[in-house]
Amino acid sequence: MHIAEGFLPSPWWYLWFIFTVPVLAYGLTKMRALVDRSPDIKVLLALAGAFTFVLSALKMPSVTGSCSHPTGTGLAVVLFGPAITSVLASIVLLFQALLLAHGGLTTWGANVASMGIIGPIVGYAVWKLTSKMSTRIRVFLAAAVADLATYVVTSVQLALAFPAKEGGVIKSFEIFASIFAITQVPLAITEGILTVIVFRYILELKRDVLVELGLLKESAAGGAHV
Amino acid sequence: MKPGIAVFLMMLILPYAALAQEEKWSGADAMAEQKIVEITGGEYKPWFSPIWEPPSGEIETFLFSLQAAIGAVVIGYFVGYFKGIKEGMRRAEAR
Repeated sequence: MHIAEGFLPSPWWYLWFIFTVPVLAYGLTKMRALVDRSPDIKVLLALAGAFTFVLSALKMPSVTGSCSHPTGTGLAVVLFGPAITSVLASIVLLFQALLLAHGGLTTWGANVASMGIIGPIVGYAVWKLTSKMSTRIRVFLAAAVADLATYVVTSVQLALAFPAKEGGVIKSFEIFASIFAITQVPLAITEGILTVIVFRYILELKRDVLVELGLLKESAAGGAHV
Repeated sequence: MKPGIAVFLMMLILPYAALAQEEKWSGADAMAEQKIVEITGGEYKPWFSPIWEPPSGEIETFLFSLQAAIGAVVIGYFVGYFKGIKEGMRRAEAR
Protein backbone atom coordinates (compact mmCIF):
# COMPACT_ATOMS: atom_id res chain seq x y z
CA MET A 1 0.00 0.00 0.00
CA HIS A 2 2.99 2.27 0.03
CA ILE A 3 2.51 4.79 -2.72
CA ALA A 4 6.06 5.58 -3.78
CA GLU A 5 7.72 8.96 -3.42
CA GLY A 6 6.50 11.47 -5.98
CA PHE A 7 3.83 9.13 -7.34
CA LEU A 8 0.87 11.31 -6.40
CA PRO A 9 0.48 14.45 -8.50
CA SER A 10 -0.98 17.73 -7.27
CA PRO A 11 -3.51 18.25 -5.83
CA TRP A 12 -3.83 14.72 -4.47
CA TRP A 13 -0.72 14.59 -2.35
CA TYR A 14 -1.60 17.68 -0.35
CA LEU A 15 -5.31 16.91 -0.18
CA TRP A 16 -4.37 13.71 1.68
CA PHE A 17 -2.13 15.73 3.97
CA ILE A 18 -5.06 18.02 4.76
CA PHE A 19 -7.13 14.94 5.55
CA THR A 20 -4.46 13.26 7.65
CA VAL A 21 -2.93 15.99 9.80
CA PRO A 22 -6.02 16.88 11.90
CA VAL A 23 -6.63 13.18 12.61
CA LEU A 24 -3.04 12.79 13.78
CA ALA A 25 -3.39 15.84 16.03
CA TYR A 26 -6.53 14.35 17.54
CA GLY A 27 -4.81 10.98 17.92
CA LEU A 28 -1.86 12.59 19.70
CA THR A 29 -4.06 14.30 22.29
CA LYS A 30 -5.92 11.03 22.85
CA MET A 31 -2.65 9.18 23.19
CA ARG A 32 -1.32 11.67 25.72
CA ALA A 33 -4.45 11.33 27.85
CA LEU A 34 -4.19 7.54 27.71
CA VAL A 35 -0.51 7.41 28.64
CA ASP A 36 -1.20 9.57 31.69
CA ARG A 37 -3.70 7.02 32.96
CA SER A 38 -1.35 4.21 33.87
CA PRO A 39 2.16 2.94 33.13
CA ASP A 40 0.70 -0.42 32.11
CA ILE A 41 -1.16 1.23 29.26
CA LYS A 42 2.06 2.87 28.14
CA VAL A 43 3.63 -0.58 27.92
CA LEU A 44 0.71 -1.89 25.90
CA LEU A 45 1.01 1.09 23.56
CA ALA A 46 4.68 0.24 22.99
CA LEU A 47 3.66 -3.34 22.31
CA ALA A 48 1.03 -2.35 19.73
CA GLY A 49 3.48 0.05 18.07
CA ALA A 50 6.15 -2.64 17.92
CA PHE A 51 3.66 -5.07 16.38
CA THR A 52 2.94 -2.61 13.56
CA PHE A 53 6.67 -2.10 13.19
CA VAL A 54 7.36 -5.81 12.75
CA LEU A 55 4.46 -6.68 10.48
CA SER A 56 4.86 -3.77 8.10
CA ALA A 57 8.52 -4.73 7.66
CA LEU A 58 7.65 -8.20 6.46
CA LYS A 59 7.17 -8.42 2.73
CA MET A 60 5.59 -11.79 2.51
CA PRO A 61 5.07 -14.02 -0.48
CA SER A 62 1.43 -14.56 -1.28
CA VAL A 63 -0.20 -17.52 -3.02
CA THR A 64 -0.51 -15.43 -6.16
CA GLY A 65 3.19 -15.16 -6.85
CA SER A 66 3.67 -11.60 -5.75
CA CYS A 67 4.81 -10.14 -2.46
CA SER A 68 3.19 -7.61 -0.22
CA HIS A 69 3.15 -6.82 3.44
CA PRO A 70 0.61 -6.82 6.22
CA THR A 71 -0.14 -3.55 7.96
CA GLY A 72 0.01 -4.70 11.57
CA THR A 73 -2.52 -2.11 12.66
CA GLY A 74 -5.14 -4.60 13.88
CA LEU A 75 -3.78 -4.97 17.40
CA ALA A 76 -3.66 -1.22 18.00
CA VAL A 77 -7.14 -0.80 16.51
CA VAL A 78 -8.65 -3.33 18.87
CA LEU A 79 -6.78 -2.04 21.93
CA PHE A 80 -6.89 1.71 21.39
CA GLY A 81 -9.15 2.59 18.46
CA PRO A 82 -8.32 4.22 15.12
CA ALA A 83 -7.21 7.67 16.33
CA ILE A 84 -4.24 6.34 18.29
CA THR A 85 -3.52 3.75 15.62
CA SER A 86 -3.07 6.58 13.14
CA VAL A 87 -0.23 8.01 15.24
CA LEU A 88 1.54 4.65 15.47
CA ALA A 89 1.17 4.04 11.73
CA SER A 90 2.41 7.53 10.89
CA ILE A 91 5.64 6.87 12.81
CA VAL A 92 6.23 3.58 11.01
CA LEU A 93 5.54 5.16 7.62
CA LEU A 94 7.89 8.06 8.33
CA PHE A 95 10.64 5.61 9.31
CA GLN A 96 10.11 3.65 6.09
CA ALA A 97 10.00 6.76 3.92
CA LEU A 98 13.23 8.15 5.34
CA LEU A 99 15.36 5.06 5.88
CA LEU A 100 14.03 2.55 3.37
CA ALA A 101 12.85 4.76 0.51
CA HIS A 102 9.64 2.77 0.91
CA GLY A 103 6.61 5.00 0.56
CA GLY A 104 7.61 8.64 0.58
CA LEU A 105 7.45 12.03 2.24
CA THR A 106 5.18 13.55 -0.41
CA THR A 107 2.89 10.51 -0.29
CA TRP A 108 3.09 10.20 3.51
CA GLY A 109 -0.27 11.91 3.94
CA ALA A 110 -1.99 9.47 1.58
CA ASN A 111 -0.25 6.43 3.06
CA VAL A 112 -1.14 7.42 6.63
CA ALA A 113 -4.72 7.96 5.45
CA SER A 114 -4.97 4.40 4.09
CA MET A 115 -2.90 2.38 6.58
CA GLY A 116 -3.35 4.56 9.66
CA ILE A 117 -6.82 6.03 9.40
CA ILE A 118 -9.40 4.62 7.00
CA GLY A 119 -8.27 0.98 7.14
CA PRO A 120 -8.28 1.06 10.95
CA ILE A 121 -11.67 2.81 11.05
CA VAL A 122 -13.18 0.02 8.96
CA GLY A 123 -11.47 -2.60 11.13
CA TYR A 124 -12.76 -0.86 14.24
CA ALA A 125 -16.29 -0.83 12.84
CA VAL A 126 -16.03 -4.59 12.36
CA TRP A 127 -14.76 -4.97 15.94
CA LYS A 128 -17.74 -2.98 17.23
CA LEU A 129 -20.33 -4.70 15.06
CA THR A 130 -19.28 -8.22 16.00
CA SER A 131 -19.58 -7.73 19.75
CA LYS A 132 -21.66 -10.87 20.11
CA MET A 133 -18.96 -13.15 18.71
CA SER A 134 -16.02 -14.62 20.60
CA THR A 135 -13.13 -12.25 21.18
CA ARG A 136 -10.78 -14.43 19.16
CA ILE A 137 -12.93 -14.19 16.05
CA ARG A 138 -13.50 -10.47 16.55
CA VAL A 139 -9.78 -9.77 16.76
CA PHE A 140 -9.15 -11.88 13.67
CA LEU A 141 -11.86 -10.14 11.66
CA ALA A 142 -10.90 -6.64 12.78
CA ALA A 143 -7.24 -7.18 11.84
CA ALA A 144 -7.94 -8.88 8.52
CA VAL A 145 -10.54 -6.31 7.46
CA ALA A 146 -8.34 -3.37 8.49
CA ASP A 147 -5.61 -4.83 6.28
CA LEU A 148 -7.91 -5.33 3.28
CA ALA A 149 -9.59 -1.95 3.67
CA THR A 150 -6.17 -0.30 3.67
CA TYR A 151 -5.46 -1.73 0.24
CA VAL A 152 -8.90 -0.77 -1.06
CA VAL A 153 -8.17 2.81 0.00
CA THR A 154 -4.79 2.73 -1.73
CA SER A 155 -6.52 1.57 -4.90
CA VAL A 156 -9.02 4.43 -4.62
CA GLN A 157 -6.24 6.93 -4.04
CA LEU A 158 -4.36 5.77 -7.11
CA ALA A 159 -7.53 5.60 -9.22
CA LEU A 160 -8.48 9.17 -8.31
CA ALA A 161 -5.05 10.44 -9.20
CA PHE A 162 -4.72 8.35 -12.35
CA PRO A 163 -8.08 7.86 -14.06
CA ALA A 164 -7.85 5.62 -17.11
CA LYS A 165 -8.22 7.36 -20.47
CA GLU A 166 -11.15 5.09 -21.20
CA GLY A 167 -13.39 4.21 -18.31
CA GLY A 168 -12.00 6.84 -15.95
CA VAL A 169 -11.66 6.40 -12.23
CA ILE A 170 -13.78 3.24 -12.05
CA LYS A 171 -11.70 1.41 -14.64
CA SER A 172 -8.53 2.56 -12.93
CA PHE A 173 -9.80 1.36 -9.59
CA GLU A 174 -10.43 -2.08 -11.06
CA ILE A 175 -6.88 -2.20 -12.36
CA PHE A 176 -5.25 -1.23 -9.07
CA ALA A 177 -7.62 -3.21 -6.88
CA SER A 178 -7.04 -6.36 -8.91
CA ILE A 179 -3.29 -6.11 -8.28
CA PHE A 180 -3.70 -5.69 -4.55
CA ALA A 181 -6.75 -7.85 -3.95
CA ILE A 182 -5.27 -11.14 -5.12
CA THR A 183 -2.04 -10.57 -3.25
CA GLN A 184 -3.63 -9.25 -0.13
CA VAL A 185 -6.44 -11.67 0.73
CA PRO A 186 -4.09 -14.47 1.88
CA LEU A 187 -1.92 -11.95 3.70
CA ALA A 188 -4.92 -10.46 5.49
CA ILE A 189 -5.75 -13.94 6.79
CA THR A 190 -2.16 -14.40 7.95
CA GLU A 191 -2.24 -11.02 9.62
CA GLY A 192 -5.50 -11.85 11.38
CA ILE A 193 -4.01 -15.04 12.81
CA LEU A 194 -0.83 -13.31 14.00
CA THR A 195 -2.86 -10.60 15.68
CA VAL A 196 -4.94 -13.19 17.52
CA ILE A 197 -1.77 -14.94 18.73
CA VAL A 198 -0.35 -11.74 20.23
CA PHE A 199 -3.73 -10.66 21.59
CA ARG A 200 -4.06 -13.94 23.43
CA TYR A 201 -0.67 -13.40 25.08
CA ILE A 202 -1.88 -10.07 26.38
CA LEU A 203 -5.14 -11.59 27.50
CA GLU A 204 -3.39 -14.37 29.35
CA LEU A 205 -0.75 -12.25 31.03
CA LYS A 206 -2.26 -8.84 31.47
CA ARG A 207 -6.01 -9.02 31.46
CA ASP A 208 -6.27 -6.26 34.09
CA VAL A 209 -5.08 -3.73 31.49
CA LEU A 210 -7.73 -4.93 29.08
CA VAL A 211 -10.33 -4.42 31.79
CA GLU A 212 -8.91 -0.94 32.39
CA LEU A 213 -9.24 -0.15 28.70
CA GLY A 214 -12.84 -1.26 28.82
CA LEU A 215 -12.33 -4.20 26.48
CA LEU A 216 -13.28 -6.82 29.02
CA LYS A 217 -15.72 -6.83 31.84
CA GLU A 218 -14.35 -7.19 35.34
CA SER A 219 -14.37 -10.81 36.38
CA ALA A 220 -12.14 -11.93 39.21
CA ALA A 221 -12.35 -15.56 38.20
CA GLY A 222 -11.31 -14.75 34.67
CA GLY A 223 -14.62 -16.11 33.52
CA ALA A 224 -14.97 -14.25 30.23
CA HIS A 225 -14.49 -16.95 27.67
CA VAL A 226 -12.32 -16.21 24.70
CA MET B 1 -3.06 -21.47 19.65
CA LYS B 2 -1.28 -24.36 17.95
CA PRO B 3 -3.73 -24.64 15.01
CA GLY B 4 -3.30 -20.91 14.43
CA ILE B 5 0.46 -21.22 14.22
CA ALA B 6 0.11 -24.19 11.88
CA VAL B 7 -2.15 -22.23 9.53
CA PHE B 8 0.25 -19.29 9.68
CA LEU B 9 3.19 -21.44 8.64
CA MET B 10 1.09 -23.00 5.91
CA MET B 11 0.29 -19.58 4.50
CA LEU B 12 4.03 -18.91 4.26
CA ILE B 13 5.01 -22.23 2.74
CA LEU B 14 1.99 -22.80 0.52
CA PRO B 15 2.92 -20.18 -2.09
CA TYR B 16 6.16 -21.96 -2.98
CA ALA B 17 4.56 -25.37 -3.09
CA ALA B 18 1.48 -24.32 -5.01
CA LEU B 19 3.17 -22.35 -7.72
CA ALA B 20 4.70 -24.16 -10.61
CA GLN B 21 4.15 -21.27 -12.98
CA GLU B 22 6.70 -18.57 -13.57
CA GLU B 23 6.07 -15.73 -11.23
CA LYS B 24 8.60 -13.22 -10.16
CA TRP B 25 7.54 -12.69 -6.56
CA SER B 26 7.69 -8.99 -7.21
CA GLY B 27 6.19 -6.49 -4.80
CA ALA B 28 2.57 -5.46 -5.29
CA ASP B 29 3.56 -1.83 -4.67
CA ALA B 30 5.99 -1.93 -7.59
CA MET B 31 3.34 -3.55 -9.79
CA ALA B 32 1.00 -0.64 -9.04
CA GLU B 33 3.72 1.78 -10.11
CA GLN B 34 4.03 -0.04 -13.42
CA LYS B 35 0.28 0.28 -13.91
CA ILE B 36 0.50 4.03 -13.35
CA VAL B 37 3.05 4.21 -16.14
CA GLU B 38 0.74 2.12 -18.37
CA ILE B 39 -2.41 4.12 -17.62
CA THR B 40 -0.77 7.45 -18.29
CA GLY B 41 0.91 6.09 -21.41
CA GLY B 42 4.34 6.52 -19.87
CA GLU B 43 3.77 10.23 -19.43
CA TYR B 44 3.84 10.34 -15.67
CA LYS B 45 7.16 11.12 -14.11
CA PRO B 46 7.43 11.10 -10.31
CA TRP B 47 7.89 14.73 -9.34
CA PHE B 48 9.89 14.03 -6.23
CA SER B 49 12.48 11.39 -5.48
CA PRO B 50 13.48 9.91 -2.16
CA ILE B 51 16.00 12.03 -0.26
CA TRP B 52 18.00 8.92 0.50
CA GLU B 53 17.80 5.43 -0.89
CA PRO B 54 19.48 2.31 0.41
CA PRO B 55 22.56 1.98 -1.81
CA SER B 56 21.86 -1.67 -2.65
CA GLY B 57 19.25 -4.40 -2.34
CA GLU B 58 21.32 -6.01 0.40
CA ILE B 59 21.32 -2.87 2.49
CA GLU B 60 17.61 -2.44 1.94
CA THR B 61 17.03 -5.99 3.14
CA PHE B 62 19.26 -5.29 6.12
CA LEU B 63 17.23 -2.22 7.06
CA PHE B 64 13.94 -4.08 6.70
CA SER B 65 15.26 -6.87 8.94
CA LEU B 66 16.44 -4.27 11.41
CA GLN B 67 12.95 -2.78 11.50
CA ALA B 68 11.43 -6.19 12.18
CA ALA B 69 14.11 -7.02 14.75
CA ILE B 70 13.60 -3.81 16.71
CA GLY B 71 9.88 -4.47 16.86
CA ALA B 72 10.37 -8.10 17.84
CA VAL B 73 12.74 -7.14 20.67
CA VAL B 74 10.16 -4.75 22.09
CA ILE B 75 7.37 -7.34 21.87
CA GLY B 76 9.56 -10.08 23.39
CA TYR B 77 10.74 -7.82 26.18
CA PHE B 78 7.27 -6.84 27.29
CA VAL B 79 5.74 -10.28 26.97
CA GLY B 80 8.60 -11.52 29.18
CA TYR B 81 8.06 -8.61 31.55
CA PHE B 82 4.35 -9.41 31.87
CA LYS B 83 5.15 -13.06 32.39
CA GLY B 84 7.67 -12.17 35.08
CA ILE B 85 5.15 -10.05 36.95
CA LYS B 86 2.61 -12.83 36.82
CA GLU B 87 5.09 -15.45 37.99
CA GLY B 88 6.27 -13.13 40.79
CA MET B 89 2.70 -12.68 42.00
CA ARG B 90 2.10 -16.42 41.88
CA ARG B 91 5.16 -17.10 44.02
CA ALA B 92 4.28 -14.38 46.48
CA GLU B 93 0.85 -15.91 46.91
CA ALA B 94 2.26 -19.39 47.32
CA ARG B 95 4.43 -18.27 50.20
